[in-house]
Amino acid sequence: MSELSSLSIAEARDALRRGDVTAVELTEACLREIEAADALNAFVHKTPEIAMERARAADAMLKEKGDEAPGMCGIPVGIKDLFCTEHVPSQAASRILENFRPEYESTVTAQLKAAGAVMLGKLNMDEFAMGSSNEHSVYGPAVNPWRVDERLLTPGGSSGGSAAAVAARLCLGATGTDTGGSIRQPAAFTGIVGLKPTYGRCSRWGIVAFASSLDQAGPMTRTVRDAAIMLQAMAGHDPKDSTSADLPLPDFEAAITGDIRGKRIGIPREYRMEGMPAEIEALWKQGAEMLRDAGAEIVDISLPHTKYALPCYYVIAPAEASSNLARYDGVRYGYRAKLAKGEGIVEMYEKTRAEGFGPEVQRRVMIGTYVLSAGFYDAYYNRARKVRSLIKRDFETVFADGIDAILTPATPSAAFGLGEMSEADPVQMYLNDVFTVTVNLAGLPGIAVPAGLDSQGLPLGLQLIGRPWEEGELLNLAETLERAAGFVSKPEKWW
Amino acid sequence: MLDLSFEAPKPKVIAGAKHDWEMVIGLEVHAQVASKAKLFSGASTQFGAEPNSNVSFVDAAMPGMLPVINEFCVEQAVRTGLGLKAKINLWSAFDRKNYFYPDLPQGYQISQLYHPIVGEGEVIVDMGPGIARRVRIERIHLEQDAGKSIHDMDPNYTFVDLNRTGVALMEIVSRPDIRGPEEAAAYVAKLRQIMRYLGTCDGNMQNGNLRADVNISVCRPGDYERFLETGDASHLGTRCEIKNMNSLRFIQAAIEFEARRQIAILEDGGEVVQETRLYDPDRGETRSMRSKEEAHDYRYFPCPDLLPLEIEEEWVEAIRASLPELPDEKKARFVSQYGITEYDAGVLTAELANAEYFEAVAQGRDGKIAANWVINELFGRLNKEGLSIEESPVSAEQLGGILDLMAKGDISSKIAKELFEIVWTEGGDPAEIVEARGMRQVTDTAAIEAEVDRIIAENPAQVEKAKANPKVAGWFVGQVMKATGGKANPKAVNEIVAKKLGL
Repeated sequence: MSELSSLSIAEARDALRRGDVTAVELTEACLREIEAADALNAFVHKTPEIAMERARAADAMLKEKGDEAPGMCGIPVGIKDLFCTEHVPSQAASRILENFRPEYESTVTAQLKAAGAVMLGKLNMDEFAMGSSNEHSVYGPAVNPWRVDERLLTPGGSSGGSAAAVAARLCLGATGTDTGGSIRQPAAFTGIVGLKPTYGRCSRWGIVAFASSLDQAGPMTRTVRDAAIMLQAMAGHDPKDSTSADLPLPDFEAAITGDIRGKRIGIPREYRMEGMPAEIEALWKQGAEMLRDAGAEIVDISLPHTKYALPCYYVIAPAEASSNLARYDGVRYGYRAKLAKGEGIVEMYEKTRAEGFGPEVQRRVMIGTYVLSAGFYDAYYNRARKVRSLIKRDFETVFADGIDAILTPATPSAAFGLGEMSEADPVQMYLNDVFTVTVNLAGLPGIAVPAGLDSQGLPLGLQLIGRPWEEGELLNLAETLERAAGFVSKPEKWW
Repeated sequence: MLDLSFEAPKPKVIAGAKHDWEMVIGLEVHAQVASKAKLFSGASTQFGAEPNSNVSFVDAAMPGMLPVINEFCVEQAVRTGLGLKAKINLWSAFDRKNYFYPDLPQGYQISQLYHPIVGEGEVIVDMGPGIARRVRIERIHLEQDAGKSIHDMDPNYTFVDLNRTGVALMEIVSRPDIRGPEEAAAYVAKLRQIMRYLGTCDGNMQNGNLRADVNISVCRPGDYERFLETGDASHLGTRCEIKNMNSLRFIQAAIEFEARRQIAILEDGGEVVQETRLYDPDRGETRSMRSKEEAHDYRYFPCPDLLPLEIEEEWVEAIRASLPELPDEKKARFVSQYGITEYDAGVLTAELANAEYFEAVAQGRDGKIAANWVINELFGRLNKEGLSIEESPVSAEQLGGILDLMAKGDISSKIAKELFEIVWTEGGDPAEIVEARGMRQVTDTAAIEAEVDRIIAENPAQVEKAKANPKVAGWFVGQVMKATGGKANPKAVNEIVAKKLGL
């Protein structure tokens, strides 16, 4: 493992500013790591030319601006394939976007670029961000750099490539997106930090939509501080996204003071699921104790509608997805099926979508179409919307009662083996999101922090959920947790 | 009180083979918002551009693209709502209407099903002096237009033009208050007139900027009244919807055909099937497009890319304050202010530009004479030449000048018409033309008397005839006019001839 690619963003930033290292050197180090890591299948479109060009530009910016250069200047990052990147393949890990090269750059990646960040390439993911294992990808699964036996493990999903790349030190940070846990679950599975900001904090413009009311981009990094630095460049109001919040952007890194005294941390009793592994339960308890030791007050709270969150999510997200994915019809771009003589537009739609979408996407499009159809709309979609507002109210109530943040496990288990779930009922896979979907439904910020290893030696994460727009405070709490947990383990390089 | 009072027209009755029938009609009018940019993208709405040249990434539904509401379009919808005396909803929201079609790139149309921006209003549809139908408006909502599929350019392919995709439409939905084909056409014409006054839609039906879907059913006399009393639609017949008509003539013809088609079915003991139909203007008939069973399930749901549309009361009031005088008020004012007939007022207010022209002419002059000249001379001539009022070679100032010369007695109405012709073809200041060409009317009685004396002296036989038959005096008047090149004041000539002949 290259020393350079193992630097944290904060360390690299300081080294760049001091002139101890150049962006070109950092980038070259990462590119070497990427070249040697094909076994992880994390980077699916490599962009070394763009990377070197941006690295040189970043060095120029650093020279010109010195300490005034943005925190991300010269930092090599990976970009989830869900983000549209100008003239670079952007296909949401789907066959239906085969050969699609957008003529535009998503707001988030454009902001990273403007801040001097160096794009190394595009990262693997579950197709259209639908999945928890990265197994639903046209590129094949990304592989978790952690392994304890001969089994290959999932890096989680949908931002599995991002998580694997960051954990394997192929890049210093990566963009992810999170609709039901797609940043936090893979972060927990790979022992890194994943932050899903408040809905509306980062622009959705130029990110391939999965479920518009839930999707949110966020940073995936190796430290909490790095998440703060990277979020600073990704976030901000965008008039091109009507759901993006027109709020001033605080200095997220400055919010990390290490002082959490007097903060009230809620422990929701409804998250104590039946059949929860004892080590998860123990880790959760330890996390609470660490925060208490740092001066926070631990409070038992109730979020009574939690048990409805998963079914509610699996109505709303597919409903929106079924509509959002209607545009992939073979008419204007992407994949178009070959037609037999005499076949018309209906056959073109049917064949294109049957051949272009993988089974999980097809399943969700069908679920979504069903729950929105006449006669079922009220029973499913409308009901789910009502449940969603109740879930949101649960959080509002505890925050109004003075709770500053909520601590939960990030996932119900550590990473599982690739292929292990392939025969299982899809609902088993959906259960991976049980601790994370509530946060998306309520539009809140949530962060997964690596907190320990399970008995096999695989990373486990804890999740902190914050008040809306209080990412700074959330990061501060997370950094305390990170420090107290002292998670320093790294995957052994086997690839 | 500026409102004109009116009575409702009789519903159209169609005599069937067995008994009489009436029809009940409701319309959905799609009016393109007069905006340079589309509803959710910055792309241009210019008509007639090269295919697929007015298409943004949003219109083409590229991955990750998001709609952003065009505030100007919202303002036009509010303006239209206020013009139709409708309730403005300060809180409205957008929904997605999902269906697949190649000219619908998103796979859904963004519309307002559940919470439209404009609620109930009304339109007074004039059906002749003192007769008008009050048509209630149910709602107006904003929505995106689709693109255009062209099926006949290639035997194997359909071509798609996305220029129209995403253009803002106002869908104006009426209650089933319309009772005949003429009323339906007049209703659309009235909406068009009001929106042109407001400037919210150019009303160009040929370009498809104003289109109508017609819902029509037939019933027996008395059924409609029972429906109105009870609100129970089962008193009405099964309706069919005729889609997408862009001419008043077609609307009328389609309704006429469709009502007779339904009546024929019912009188044969059959049942009308609820369905969507298309009007074929070449064959003058409607045909089935899709039945109720084949109807799309649009899977409407709130568009998650857009926040609810919240507008401020003060903003609405500011728009209200900026509304122009609307056709009904203008017409009533013309009747009372200028003393003209309701019919003439209706003609003069049909188009705002006409009304403005008339008022410029009538200002400080005799309103009735101004109305006569504008309607008969000017409009007559414009119609003949196929010109619009904006293209009129005779300005309101020039026409006013002609009327002034007439009022002063400088020219007769006959000369005035000649003068109008000169101004029309050559232009110029009417008073100067009269001076330069010696067209001024001779009112000098001495000169006229001398001329009369001469003609009497030269025509003793005619004098005798005139004494026997006073009508022959007209011959003398004609001779005098001829001798003076038509410039003699006819009134003065009449009097002098009568006096000299001793009549």
